[in-house]
Order: sequence, then C-alpha cells, then structure tokens
Amino acid sequence: MGALLARDLRLALRRRSEALTPVLFLVIVATLFPLGLGPDLERLAAIAPGVIWVAALLAALLSLNQLFHADLRDGTLEQLVISRWPLPALAVVKVLAHWLVSGLPLAIVAPLLALAYNLPGDAVAAMLLSLLLGTPILSFIGAIGVALSVGLRRGGMFLALLVLPLYVPVLIFATAAVAASAAGLPAASHLYLLGALLALSLSAAPFAIAAALRISLA
Amino acid sequence: MNKLILWFHKTGSPEYFYRLAGRLIPWFAAAFGVLLVWGIYQGLWVAPPDYQQGDSYRIIFIHVPAAWMSLFIYVAMCVAGFIGLVWRIKVMEVIAMASAPIGAAFTLITLITGALWGKPMWGAYWVWDARLTSELILWFIYLGIIGLYRAIEDRRAAARAASLLALVGLVNIPIIHFSVEWWTTLHQGSTVKMFGESAIDTRMLVPLLVMAVATKFYYAMNVLQRARVLLLEQEGTKTWARKVLEVQEVTS
Amino acid sequence: MLRVESISYARGSVSILERIGFELDRGEVLMVRGGNGSGKTTLLRLLAGLLPAQDDFSVSIDAEVFDPRDPNCQARFLYLGHALGIKDELTTLENLQFCARFLGCRPGMGPLEALAAAGLTGYQYTLARRLSAGQRKRLGLARVILCPAELWLLDEPYSNLDADGLALVDRMLQRHIDEQGAALITSHGTFVPQVSRQREIGLHQ
Repeated sequence: MGALLARDLRLALRRRSEALTPVLFLVIVATLFPLGLGPDLERLAAIAPGVIWVAALLAALLSLNQLFHADLRDGTLEQLVISRWPLPALAVVKVLAHWLVSGLPLAIVAPLLALAYNLPGDAVAAMLLSLLLGTPILSFIGAIGVALSVGLRRGGMFLALLVLPLYVPVLIFATAAVAASAAGLPAASHLYLLGALLALSLSAAPFAIAAALRISLA
Repeated sequence: MNKLILWFHKTGSPEYFYRLAGRLIPWFAAAFGVLLVWGIYQGLWVAPPDYQQGDSYRIIFIHVPAAWMSLFIYVAMCVAGFIGLVWRIKVMEVIAMASAPIGAAFTLITLITGALWGKPMWGAYWVWDARLTSELILWFIYLGIIGLYRAIEDRRAAARAASLLALVGLVNIPIIHFSVEWWTTLHQGSTVKMFGESAIDTRMLVPLLVMAVATKFYYAMNVLQRARVLLLEQEGTKTWARKVLEVQEVTS
Repeated sequence: MLRVESISYARGSVSILERIGFELDRGEVLMVRGGNGSGKTTLLRLLAGLLPAQDDFSVSIDAEVFDPRDPNCQARFLYLGHALGIKDELTTLENLQFCARFLGCRPGMGPLEALAAAGLTGYQYTLARRLSAGQRKRLGLARVILCPAELWLLDEPYSNLDADGLALVDRMLQRHIDEQGAALITSHGTFVPQVSRQREIGLHQ
C-alpha cells in the first residue's frame, strides 16, 4: 500500500502543472466574481461562503480527470485490479493520493481567498475546517463517478452530470457552517454533519469504486 | 412454494419474459385507461374547490402522483438493478434500464406541474422550495443514469454500470433530501402546505389515490413495453428474437 | 497444472469463445494461435480475471477451482497485456522498484538484475516515456522476470522486439519452465518459441 501511495505522489510531482491547474482555476473563478459583481465588501462577505465553495467544488471536479484515466491507458489500472491486494483498499490509497495532491491545496488556498472576500476570522477558520472535511468527500464521491466513466470518450462535463447531484449535501452543509460562523453562530452542528458524510463515504465509497472499476475494465 | 420459485426462474429467461410481458401489457393498459378517466373525472368535477386556492389546486392530482412515482420508480429501478448486478440476470438488468426514462419523465412532470402550481400559489414559477429542489436534483440523477447507460457500448456492462450508479444515488437521495430541507430552514424558504389548515376532504383524497394507482399501472405497462424492446435489441441474433421480428415484418 | 474444461464468452449476441478446453502442464509453454479478433486476448483476460466470467467457465489449477477473483489464485499468476503496465513518468528502475515492493521479487532477483536480464542496463535512470517501443516491451518483460508467479499469461510477448529481444523471450520462457513454471502465450504470427517443451492450440473464428 505504502508503495502505491509513494508512487502516485511521485508521479504527481513529475506532473506538477497538471496538479496545480485546479488551484489556479479556483483562484481565477474567485477573482471573476468580484469583477462581475462589484467590490462592495459587505456583499462580498455575504456571498463568500457560497461562491468560494462552489468554485472549490468545480475545481475539485476538474481535478478528477487525473484520477484513473492515465492508469487505464498505460495498463497499470488492470494490474492493480488483478493484483492480490483487495481492490477497495487500493482504491482508498489512490483517492488519498489524489486528495493530497489536489484537495489539500484547495483547502489551504480557499481560506486565503475568503480573507480577500472580507470574511471575519472565525468564518475563515470554519471555511478551512469545512474544506478539510469536505474535499476528501468530494474526492471519494468523485472517484466513483470517474471509475464508472473512465473508459468513455465523453468529455469531463458528463462526469459533472454524474457527480454534481451527489455533491449537493456537501455544499449545503459546508456553506451553512461558514455562513453560521460569519453570523457569529456556532458552526459545530454543520461540521459534525460533514464529518458524518466523510465517515460514510470513507466506509462505503471504496467498495463502489472497486465495483465500478471492474465494470469499466470489462 | 416450489412452483413460485420455478416461475421466478422461468421469468429470468428473456424469451419467456417477452411472451409473458406481451400478455400482461394489454391488461395493464386497460386498467390504466379506466383509472385515468375515473381519476380525472373525480379530480376535475367531483372534488370541491379548495377554500384557500379555489380551483387552481387541482393540478395536484397530477403533481402528487407524479412525485410519488418519481421516487417509487427509482426504488424499483434500484431493486431490479441490484438483482441484475448480484445475480447477473439479464431480464432484471433490462427492467432496471427500462424504468429509468419513465422515472425521469415522471420527475419532469412533477417539476413542470410544480412550477405551474407555483405561479398562482406564490406568484412565481420557481421559489426554491425544498421538495421541488430535491426533485430537480433527482432529475439530474436520472439523466446521469440514462446517459451512462447510453454511453457504454457493451449493453450488459452498461446496465451494470448504470445500476451501480443508481444504487449509489439511492444512498444519497435521503441525504440530499435532508440537506435541502436543512437548507430551506436556514434560509427561511417557503414551506409548501398543500391543503391549508383544514384536514383533507375525502372527495379530494379519492382522485388522488385513484391517480396514484393509475400511474402505477402506467408504469407497469410502459416498463414491460420498453423492456421487451430492449431485450429484442440485445438478443437480436437469438432464434426466438428472430422469429418475433419475422412475424412483425409479415404483419406490417 | 492448469486445466480448462470449458470456457465460453459472448459479447452481446456475438460469440467470441465457444467451449474452449485445454490443459497446461508445469514446465511447458502453450502457444495460442489465431488471427486478429479470434479471441486470444479475450481468453487471456478471462483467465486473468479482467473480464467477468460468464455461465461457462470451469477452470482448475492443480485440481483446485481456479477463480481469478480469489487472492490466492491471483498470487499464482502474472499477466502481461498489450498495455504493458508501466508508468511513463517514472524511470525504468523506479517502475521495477515499485513492482518489487508491490508484488515481491523472485528469490535471487531484484530490480537491477531484472533490468540487466532484459537488456536494459544503462537505462536505469531513463524515463519510460523516452524508451522506444521495443525497449518499453523489454521493460514490461523485465517486470515478468522480476515478480514471482507460477503461471505466466503473456499476450503477444514477441511483438515489437528485434532479434535480440525475441531471443530474450525464449530465454525467459526456458528459465521459467526449467523452474517448473508454466506459460500461456498468444501470437498472431507464425512464431515458434525456441523452448524445450511447447505446444500449440489454435482459435478460429
């Protein structure tokens, strides 16, 4: 397992530009909104939870393309499937590697953008926590979508159709947490719900990913 | 008991299922037709006007059964899909895939009738009400399942992939519904009260239930029709399928 | 060792394999011949577990049921497909080091030795992306040399290789069967492996 993690991380390091694209996308989109709506700081603070989180969500969607496509093409995916290690466990390792490379940077950069949107400090902390809990969920659920569609020639937008409806609860709880925090209310309950979603995806998603990979390879 | 098991086993055979479905469809169609006419009559003439909304509420006799069907068909699709996935039964795979477009259609009807109802009710076609927003997301999920099924070339692998997606969605739909309700309470969205403070009049309940049963028969009829077509497409080179197509050519 | 009673496989309504049966003993190489589209790759992928077995799949290994989804069986075979299973952005050595850590090594074999046996000495630090087609094939074969397995399932092992490479495959196979392993290989050409014990079966459309 550790070998797989180390290999995937090393690969991501060699393809640095591919790994940085989602973060750049996040920053660009987050820059577009004030340009489109005007720099009124109060309004920016009001829309910040939703806008930044939607941008992060779309960036995470963008990053999913790196997940299984290359492995399918070069034959390493089928080697993983027929290896004697349990496929759900291998799936967890692959998603973990993917999250470390694309989800974690999003979780670090987005709160900085939140500062640019004039969110108060507590809300920025809530934004960070919501992203730390939320981006792994996005990676796991997204991985199911990628595993189902990896052999297809259709574009990334099709993956969006498969995955975005499943992202809705994450978006709702995460933005609720940040908005609550910005209003001076406790964000804990929303974050707990996010945590529950994370626990659910961690336990169920690997099996769905493994099943989907087997179907896609046939 | 043995006979029942044997019968289930038989229905797994595409050829037997095709013929059985062919015999059942006219009955379901007849039942649907009768119930539909009765339901509409009850809904438009017999049921009294609502004391709050007048006559504009009558669209619920389509809206509510359609909403119920959108969820019922989703569950039916998942059950058939699960059986197809685990036991690799072709007929079940086909029933699951045949159900998806019907479910999507009912969801769309729910959304459109909901919007049409919304205008006289709240003054706007779409108010981001919790239930309708959940229905909208359900519609996207249906479209994803249909899209995935159509995108994969091998029909059986396509059915398995789409069934897996449907099952993943099944786990998520209660979560999505809960989160959207949560969202409306946070943002003080409008809650949909269907009938105001009074208890529902029985004369309103009758058409509702009649339409609910009518739509079930419609689903049964349509899913069998679509399943038969899908089976013919998939099993096209088998002898029984060729015989069916030959007969059709002669009669047309 | 491997005994295939019967395998059938159909894709949609097209039958690709119809009640194929054969036996493979230890210490021998079995070559599956057939033109393009005759089902050679399908047969190998079925045995490797990449394609789901359909109704007709009775295979046994050493008189036990062979289920390619069972980890115990998976530990006993190795599959080399058309896509060789190497990462372009890693060097040849890094690729083999991963295989060594992921699947283990044959006794007495290591990544460097496997590279040498495959004739890739001097290319340890070359990115796989920069190798020629023949060299990539050698890297794929190096993986087969490196990792332990009793049964080899090799799809077109001779393709893309020069005369030296062809001799390499023969050497690999000979050493493998000397150690009582077995190999099932495919070819669409008129190739004959130069090993001490080999048989052929043909798949026809």
